[in-house]
Amino acid sequence: MKLAKSYFADQRTDDLKELGQGLPRSDVPGHVTGKTTYFADRTFPGMLYLKMVRSPHHHARIRSVDLSDAEKHPGVHRILTHKDIPHNLYTILILIQVGPEDEHVLAEDKVRWKGEAVVAVLADSERAANEAAAKVKVDYEVLPDVLDIDSALAPGAPIVNEHHGQNYYMYDSGQSRKVRYGDVEKGFAEADHILEQTYYSSPIEQAPMETTGCIVTPDGNDRFTCYTNTQAMFFTLDNTSIILQMPGHKLHMVGGTVGGGFGGKVDVTVEPIAILAAKLTGRPVSFIYGRYEEMQISSPRAAEKIVLKDGVMKDGRIVARQVWGYTDAGAYSRHSPYGAQKGAAHYPGPYTIPNVWVDTWCVYTNRTPSSAMRGFGVTIADFALEVQMDKLARLIGMDPLEFRFINAYRDGDMKAHRQPTTGAALIECMQEASRVANWPIAEKYLEMSSYKEV
Amino acid sequence: MAKVPVQFTLNGEEKADFVDGGATLLKVLREKVGDTSAKAGCQQGTCGSCSVIIDGELRLSCLTLAETCGGAEIHTTGGLATDGVLHPLQRAFMDEFAAQCGFCTPGMIMAAKVLLDRNPNPSHEDVVEALSGNVCRCTGYEPIIRAVLTAARSNSQNAA
Amino acid sequence: MPLALKTCSTISEAGTALKEAGTRYLGGGTLVVRAANEGDVSVSTLVRSTDPALSSISIDGGRATIGASVTMSAVARHPGLSSIAKVAKAVGGPAIRNMATVGGNLFAASPYGDFTVALLALDATVHTTEGHLGAEEFLAGRDGRVVSAVSFDVPSAEQFRFVKISRIKPKGVSVLSIAALVENAGGKINGARIALGCMADRPIRAKAAEKALAGATLTEEGVAPAVAAIGEGTRPLTDAIASAWYRGEVLPVHFRRLLLE
Repeated sequence: MKLAKSYFADQRTDDLKELGQGLPRSDVPGHVTGKTTYFADRTFPGMLYLKMVRSPHHHARIRSVDLSDAEKHPGVHRILTHKDIPHNLYTILILIQVGPEDEHVLAEDKVRWKGEAVVAVLADSERAANEAAAKVKVDYEVLPDVLDIDSALAPGAPIVNEHHGQNYYMYDSGQSRKVRYGDVEKGFAEADHILEQTYYSSPIEQAPMETTGCIVTPDGNDRFTCYTNTQAMFFTLDNTSIILQMPGHKLHMVGGTVGGGFGGKVDVTVEPIAILAAKLTGRPVSFIYGRYEEMQISSPRAAEKIVLKDGVMKDGRIVARQVWGYTDAGAYSRHSPYGAQKGAAHYPGPYTIPNVWVDTWCVYTNRTPSSAMRGFGVTIADFALEVQMDKLARLIGMDPLEFRFINAYRDGDMKAHRQPTTGAALIECMQEASRVANWPIAEKYLEMSSYKEV
Repeated sequence: MAKVPVQFTLNGEEKADFVDGGATLLKVLREKVGDTSAKAGCQQGTCGSCSVIIDGELRLSCLTLAETCGGAEIHTTGGLATDGVLHPLQRAFMDEFAAQCGFCTPGMIMAAKVLLDRNPNPSHEDVVEALSGNVCRCTGYEPIIRAVLTAARSNSQNAA
Repeated sequence: MPLALKTCSTISEAGTALKEAGTRYLGGGTLVVRAANEGDVSVSTLVRSTDPALSSISIDGGRATIGASVTMSAVARHPGLSSIAKVAKAVGGPAIRNMATVGGNLFAASPYGDFTVALLALDATVHTTEGHLGAEEFLAGRDGRVVSAVSFDVPSAEQFRFVKISRIKPKGVSVLSIAALVENAGGKINGARIALGCMADRPIRAKAAEKALAGATLTEEGVAPAVAAIGEGTRPLTDAIASAWYRGEVLPVHFRRLLLE
């Protein structure tokens, strides 16, 4: 590997000792010998297995739940329903005052997505838990559902989540997160060309090799050790504390090596119910998703719909950008109000545009709740933005890379959400990309710099 | 519940236990014998994380009933290092950055070992074929393939 | 009830054991243990047979008889079966091939069962505890009989064509598979048997295309009617790998390539 040291040479003391050197990873000896301990590499005597009975419907009212046969099944120790949960209604980001609480740990009167947890069966073998789960009888009244952003926002659409009251998240800024910078209508009026395009994406499953799960042991003093593969230890600790109404010092959360996460393990879906199960039975409890659950139940990256409208001059300057971004949160908020908000700040992209207008919406549908995945809120935005940049360059007959140089942000430029640009390196990255990809650009772009002398 | 006796060798050591008739070898290795190097990734035969070597052949321990392994010679990545000395494959996986989260690694190493035991000088294509039943989600396949080829080269240098 | 395993020394003993409710035959485990792992509680006893005859391959006068417990790996490396080795190699990865059996493949629901697609094109005979029957007839019922072996005339490499299309390289679950036994005499097709995987809930014959190939030449124009007819009577599968629409669209493309390659 060769480091390009010419960039910003005057801004740094070149005393790097680690870059460019091979360093062994600290955890790799454990990986190659099979000695690395993942949460599930533990067995405890008397362990119970938790099997979740889930909704087979996208949207339904629960008329009744009959546990009588299941409770009598050999090997079953207990079956948990919403009545057993001290604080059954939660939302992860309540920790930072992003409410309302909108999701039931175990369903009460309704299920809002296919796969929603209804009751939890605890048995002394996985087989017995599966057999008993098959004997749980839930009587559903199926309700009309909405399965995409457009039908969720259509007039008269069934309400997905009554805790919100409408099929979108209500921000303090109203029905969307808003960025207003300059005068976008004036920009469009001045533009030589206007291009409006709509982009869609589907949900994407993180598909880690290790499925989501935890193992909990009661220590006999009303204190519990929870071995978990969460990627968000303190979200888990604090939300569990709220849901179970237990002070944090009773919850000993043990993390460790995660067998792949990619954002799929930041929700709080297994720990609270498993800890409660251990508390109510006095036995160690294992709750580990099967592969089907990992693919269908764990929250994926959100589906998105993105409408981009750009005004561009013949000389390559983008003079106005208007964006409507929609994030399909599924039935519950999880991290999506944050993801949609992140998109709002991101939408102008790494480009300096004088007139910007952004609305991003967090929309509720009867789909699997979506949540974090590698750059959620911005990754799909970047796909749409960069496809749009290529289309704009083609529209005015300009090289797509040179078109980006003209619009690239540089140090000192004001971004649309009013953060001044510092430490920009887009110009330099594109210069290097031009060289490496053998994509020639005009000399004047090779002479540009992100750095502006003040 | 009817338990059945089963006896096999694991990495050269004799093991015996009473297991449930329907228990998989993966479950018995992990929960009864105490070797957790084979992982439960999918338990459908799709991911290869549970790969072990039974009587010289690569098998999926998640789809193998322990009861059918009576008298078998079983090898796992957990027993691959001898007296603390790493196998060339383990060394190469470290050197080539072929293990990120590490969850697929023990299965990958088993699949690679069966290949190298039969074909000490595999081509890139041979390695791809040998690892085609093993899924990785974070390391990326190229470093893993490179590691297997590196291990093959270091083996042949040692032999020369 | 916990899952139990019953081991029988003979196949007829296994046949009797399978008459009990809640039983299923255990071959390599790639279907039935998988189902149990996924929470299927409909089976409480797995039955297997250790009869050595089930693991033998014999070739006599150009006709192969393959025991039901023979694995895909054993088929792939048998010198007398080289013309169909690519079918066995197309199943799973190396570990699956060391486990998955010829007998089990006959019971695999789409998108699995690629080896059976070949057996169908080869007009194989299925030997069971309750008599012999043709592969097509067997697949129509696929009831509780225990399969002891399959037999078929070993094709030449020229006669036999097979392709499996996956989304993942080099190996993955089938988008579709096609097996064709094409008798080519003096530039004209004498007769053809074509079988398709993923075009219904189990492997099926493509009889309209077979008819259209009779007397045709292996040229772009010659195969065009058969290519046009290949989708007739199919009800392609929709699953995580592909939609029925997609499978239906690409079937003629891959069939044409298979004939003209």
